[in-house]
Parts: sequence; C-alpha cells; structure tokens
Amino acid sequence: MMETEFFIILILLFFGIIMAAIRILKGPTAPDRVVGLDTVNTIVIVSMVIFGTISNEIIYIDVAIVYALLSFISTLFIAKYLEGDEL
Amino acid sequence: MIWTIVTYIIYLLLSIGVFFTLLAGIGLLRFPDVYTRLHAGTKCTTFGSIFLIISVVILGLKTWYLGDNNGSILAIHSFIVLIAILYAPENSCIVYGQPKEGAVLVKVTSKKREEITNILEKMKRFRNTKIIGVM
Repeated sequence: MMETEFFIILILLFFGIIMAAIRILKGPTAPDRVVGLDTVNTIVIVSMVIFGTISNEIIYIDVAIVYALLSFISTLFIAKYLEGDEL
Repeated sequence: MIWTIVTYIIYLLLSIGVFFTLLAGIGLLRFPDVYTRLHAGTKCTTFGSIFLIISVVILGLKTWYLGDNNGSILAIHSFIVLIAILYAPENSCIVYGQPKEGAVLVKVTSKKREEITNILEKMKRFRNTKIIGVM
C-alpha cells in the first residue's frame, strides 16, 4: 500500500476545501454560496474515499456513498428554494 | 516490472485528479461572476474526482491480485462511489441565469436537450458564414 502518497494527496485536497470555504464566507450573493457548498461536498466525498484507503477501513467509503446522495438532494432543494417555488 | 508500470499509472491518475481539484478551488476564488464560478466549481471537481477514484479502484484491484481479499472490497465500494458521483450532475438541475430574471432553474429532459441541440446547430450555421465588414 502507498499510505504516504495518499496522505500528501489528502493534504492537497484540504487546500481545495479551504479555497471553497473562503468563497462561502465571502460570497456576495446566495448562489455563490451554493456553488461553494457544492464544491466542498464533492471534495469531502473524494477525501473520505482516500482516507478509507489510507486507514484500510472500508466503512468510510460506505459513508461517502450516502454523503454523495444526501449532498445531491440538499443542493437540489436549495436551488429550488432560490428559484422561489414552494418546496 | 508490470507492477512498477501500474504504480506509475496510479501516480499519474492521482496527480491529474489533484491538479483539477485545486484548479476548481482557484477558479472559485478568482472568477468574477456567479456563472463562471459555477462552471469552474462543478466541472472541475467532477472531472478530478473521477480520476482520483479510478486510481483507488486500480490500487484495490492490484492488492486483490497480490492476494489480499480486502482489495476486492475496496475496488467495488470505490466503484459504487464513482457511480454516485456521476449520477449527481446527470440528473441535476442547472442554476444558470438569464439577464433580467436572475437565477433560473432548467430541468434537464430529452425535450430540452433537443431544443438546445437545435440552437447549437443554428449557431454552427451562422459561424460558417463569413461576416464581411465587421472589422
């Protein structure tokens, strides 16, 4: 196994999460924040998979599957709310 | 010998994935508008995560072939994550906007896809004609 390389990858992905979080905090309008949140969700899913590979625990990857579907639904509902429909 | 090649393929896929994911973060910070930020954040993270997860699948298949049964579980579960990530943009709603109305929700159906294909065909025909006198 290649734990060291995957750990370096995990640290680099953390910088991506930080950049998207700055956009969430700074974003002038609400759709900016939604886009930043979507990016954070996708990067978190990938880093869960890589963390499961490092620590050799398959259960983290199962958590990532459920998190992917839930984050998809949440982004959908926020977009529908911003449009002005009733949910 | 062949395992060295497989290891270098894994390194290549990992570096492509991390490059595109960091590009998404930089694009989110630097682009000036909502729509360009949407373009950067959505497409780059999807493209990068495909490569990262494919590298994990290849690593799992390698450890499975070398005699560890945990590798097969790792490969199959990572492949299911790949399906879950690819499912999200395909069936999703696009938040692109129109000039006077703000953000508009466009649901992706086959009829809407035909309309957009028509518009793109018209644009292609227009692009092929030479415009004289603009410059």
